[in-house]
Amino acid sequence: MNHDEARTVIATGLRGIAPEADLSEVDGSQPLQDELDLDSMDFLNLMVAIHEQTGVEVPERDYPKVAHLDGLIDYLADAS
Amino acid sequence: MAEFKMPSLGADMDSGTLLEWKVAVGDTVSKGDIVAVVDTEKSDIEVETFHGGVVSELLVEEGTEVEVGTPLAIIDDGAATGTPATESPTTAEAREPEPQPEPQPEPQPEGPEPEPGPEPEPAGRPPTVHSPIVRHLAEERGIDLATVTGTGPGGAVTRRDLDAVAPATTPATTPTTTPTTTPAATTPTAPTDRVRSSPLARRRAEELGVDLTTITGTGPGGAITVTDVDAAAGELPTTEAPPVPSHATGQEQAPPTGAPRERGDRSTTVRAATGRLMARSKREIPHYYLSHTIDLHDTVDWLERTNRDRAITERILPAAVLLRAVVVALSDQPRLNGWWIDDELQVRESVDLGVGVTLRGGGLIAPVVPAAETLGLDETMDSLRGIVARARSGRITGTDLGEATITVTNLGDQGVESVYGVIAPPQVAVVGFGAIRDRPWAVGGMLTVRPVVTATLSADHRATDGHEGARFLATLDRLLHEPETLIHREKP
Repeated sequence: MNHDEARTVIATGLRGIAPEADLSEVDGSQPLQDELDLDSMDFLNLMVAIHEQTGVEVPERDYPKVAHLDGLIDYLADAS
Repeated sequence: MAEFKMPSLGADMDSGTLLEWKVAVGDTVSKGDIVAVVDTEKSDIEVETFHGGVVSELLVEEGTEVEVGTPLAIIDDGAATGTPATESPTTAEAREPEPQPEPQPEPQPEGPEPEPGPEPEPAGRPPTVHSPIVRHLAEERGIDLATVTGTGPGGAVTRRDLDAVAPATTPATTPTTTPTTTPAATTPTAPTDRVRSSPLARRRAEELGVDLTTITGTGPGGAITVTDVDAAAGELPTTEAPPVPSHATGQEQAPPTGAPRERGDRSTTVRAATGRLMARSKREIPHYYLSHTIDLHDTVDWLERTNRDRAITERILPAAVLLRAVVVALSDQPRLNGWWIDDELQVRESVDLGVGVTLRGGGLIAPVVPAAETLGLDETMDSLRGIVARARSGRITGTDLGEATITVTNLGDQGVESVYGVIAPPQVAVVGFGAIRDRPWAVGGMLTVRPVVTATLSADHRATDGHEGARFLATLDRLLHEPETLIHREKP
């Protein structure tokens, strides 16, 4: 998938977790959990939601790579 | 015949509004089915029935606010008419006085303080447990419960008994305002801000950007229906922001748009309910505080290895391990798990674990993992996932809001190092966890970097002393160094 598609996947995944979140206001270089006030349960749920949409299962050891929005988009684009 | 009654869904609940019937007369229901949605100050609650049978009568219309314990519906379970109606087990009145053998507070040699000590009870009779509502009413009316002859199970004083001694001075049901525990200390205006509406109507209003406070409801009890919302949406331009209620302060103000108003209202009432309980806690409970920083290397390491082999949906979060460790540590220090009632500690056998969950709209609720001591690590994680999801989506169920025997608050994800909780009466302790962070740590005479967490204990000094509290935290530390022992529900 390309970067725009990855962004859409993330936005869709966030709908059930942080409905008020607006990705256009997120600083992609800052920790996503801070930017959107997500706790570890929210973050896990986001990973599950992404997995459901794309089949991409982000292992925990890759969490540092996907901690920021930019990194997460790159990761998804690379993974599929 | 069984009566389905307005359950008590929390220590501070006196009444609730029946928002929505999920069943109709003639429907067949089974135990555990959701039959109604009840609006409390904190959340919409889906309430399940504990009786199977055929719904033969709905006694209360949607939109009506009734006192806890009021029969809402009759469920014909085929039993002979005249069988005394049993109360649903979720209600506090029915749940608490169960005649289980109450463990006597164990003698406490190390306590430097004079403890209240186990009162000599008549042999063979467990101490009487009164429901939170009864205690609350008794306090309000200045009645000493010890002087009242109880007619409830186990000799517990019921609301009726109280009424016989000293009838309520205020009307039993106040249609629009919620009875407040301490009239002088709270703003009686807060709850009146709420708008009666069905969940469906609220969702529609949010979709259409309609402010519910501007609509006149035509439903039962003036509740706003979907039709009202549609009608209002037809005639109203959705640009005008509603006036912000004057009592709303600071961040609790509703955003200046029509759509999220309802959420703003909810957060205001959650705020008010939390405020009342916390004020009471700080008035009544002599808190003591302990903290202990724990090296989580073994736990984090073990979790990494465990989660690597698991599907993403079966991963375990450190938070679940911390909860499980608290439950196990409580078996060593059972006196932290219980209620302070009528000037004495009632140790509870079941660990009904309240878990502080922050809501996105603001506010905090503490849904309960019931009988957490019967759950292994995976089940604890499942339970945690469930209550957090339901709490955040505003669809908490009745069982989620049973009365906790201890609470854990975990502000870890917000990055603070430690959190000292305020005890929710009648509980006697709250355990807090801060963020898990890498810190310099001395191991075997060498300096290294370890993931650590600061665990805190706020406890009621009437019930326990610092020595017991310290032992609890030490046990927690030990358990978190052997996380693999926490996976099964047997005590390690």
